[in-house]
Amino acid sequence: MNIYQEELLDHYENPSNYGTLPRCTISHEEDNPLCGDQIRLDLIVEDDIITKVRFSGHGCTISIASASMLTEEIQGKSLTEVKKLSRDDILDMIGIPLGPVRIKCALLALKVLKVGAYGIKGWPGEENE
Amino acid sequence: MHKLEFRPFDIEAIRKDFPIFATTPPLAFLDNAASTQTPRPVVEAMDAYYDTYRSNIHRGIYRISEEATEQYERAREKVAQLINAPRSRQVIFTRNTTESINLVAYSWGSTNIGEGDEIVLTTMEHHSNLVPWQLLAQRTGARLRFLEITDEGLLDFTQLRDLLTEKTKLVAIGHVSNVLGTINPIQSIIEAAHAVDAKVIVDAAQSVPHFQVDVQQLDCDFLAFSGHKMCGPTGIGVLYGKSELLEEMPPFLGGGSMIRSVERDVSSYAELPAKFEAGTPSIAEAIGLGYTVDYITQANLAAIHVHEQELLKYAHQRLEQIEGITLYGPAPHQKTGVISFNMEGIHPHDVAGILDTHGVAVRAGHHCAQPLMKRLDVIATVRASFYLYNTIEDVDRLYEGLCRAQKLMTRRKIV
Ligand SMILES: Cc1ncc(COP(=O)(O)O)c(C=O)c1O
Repeated sequence: MNIYQEELLDHYENPSNYGTLPRCTISHEEDNPLCGDQIRLDLIVEDDIITKVRFSGHGCTISIASASMLTEEIQGKSLTEVKKLSRDDILDMIGIPLGPVRIKCALLALKVLKVGAYGIKGWPGEENE
Repeated sequence: MHKLEFRPFDIEAIRKDFPIFATTPPLAFLDNAASTQTPRPVVEAMDAYYDTYRSNIHRGIYRISEEATEQYERAREKVAQLINAPRSRQVIFTRNTTESINLVAYSWGSTNIGEGDEIVLTTMEHHSNLVPWQLLAQRTGARLRFLEITDEGLLDFTQLRDLLTEKTKLVAIGHVSNVLGTINPIQSIIEAAHAVDAKVIVDAAQSVPHFQVDVQQLDCDFLAFSGHKMCGPTGIGVLYGKSELLEEMPPFLGGGSMIRSVERDVSSYAELPAKFEAGTPSIAEAIGLGYTVDYITQANLAAIHVHEQELLKYAHQRLEQIEGITLYGPAPHQKTGVISFNMEGIHPHDVAGILDTHGVAVRAGHHCAQPLMKRLDVIATVRASFYLYNTIEDVDRLYEGLCRAQKLMTRRKIV
């Protein structure tokens, strides 16, 4: 299957929840040192519920599309629930096989979320918890 | 050493030495600046070691160990000849360019660099010719200074006079940029550095594979390169040094092979080159490197350079036709077979990803040269790099793949 399939390109072309939130509960940014991609997530959390989420930054198709999909996934959910999101959940959302370099692109947004919201450092799936 | 005569080579015959090119669908391998393919004769030489005389070197008093030792030392002689080193003992086998540079930074650096001393680098250095000097500067209180580049990607010589002073103890300079392909006029830099009594280490990772490099003509103090970028195996690299410097330097790694005699509290060290080759080395890989030298010498370095120039000129012509493309670096005649570029509105990763689906292997990223990326004001670039086995068809395939990328992506809005 081709990485450059329509669904991913659509997310890239028209990402969901793109932007920033000037007054938010959590704001965090990370980059991927391999390629310089940068993703920032802004969340408004009320009573443990993520009521609003926006992402911003720059990156390739995979990192932008996965950030877009992640924001759709976590909008309206509780922080407790979202904490369970794993590397495999993201790869399932992307739905195509990725090599070791591109996997980092796919996981960048989740990494931002994990570090920003829970202080869990490291790449999802490789954290030493 | 006599200049190599130009002798065109038979590209079809060369490609037959690399089984990877017989695969279908065809592969346009254009990531040679990262690592190259390995020809059959080199693989066979390493197989022969494993199949017929596998043993440790320098120790065994039996036939196959003696043969392994001989082959290992013959490889050193071939490398010495390739770069015209006066004596083969000035050729130290390491793992790669990075280890060679670290060896100098630790060993020579520990006794020759102190607080307030200055190390001059350039903005286009690979991280492996930058980070070891940062670490040395942090250990010693020395200061790093940088020769900047012009917008065309050439070194800015107007600054050189101000940079080189009596404080300068070392100039660490890449012969050829791995991102831009720029061939730096290092001979004049070496002369200028010597005029202020500074030593010079040349990062030759991207030059030795592509044209004839003569350490005596350059008069460099140290020179480092890797086997895997010149059709050789991974895990083997070279450090050349002037004898008097290598003799005076303290050991880098301690252990077996590098000693003369060992007592409980102190040891005395072996002669060159053993002093810097602690432990069991990459034996098969060193032997493979010897055969690699034979291979590229026979293919003829002058012919390789001319061949790369043809590919490069053609690639420049074709790529310049693509709308929204930016090429970085100087004109083809000032560089080796490297072409770095970006396509407007398409992330370098996506360009490389789409090229991959079209059978073209290129690199996208910062190429271990983040200060240069910053200078070029880009986050990353796409880089295609050629070697002796690449063809005009490979360039056409690159061009077609880029047109495909553009078609697929430019209707897309970029966030
Ligand atoms: C100019 C330059 N210097 C140093 C290196 C490091 O080489 P190695 O990774 O073999 O140590 C490279 C290759 O990546 C290079 O292109």
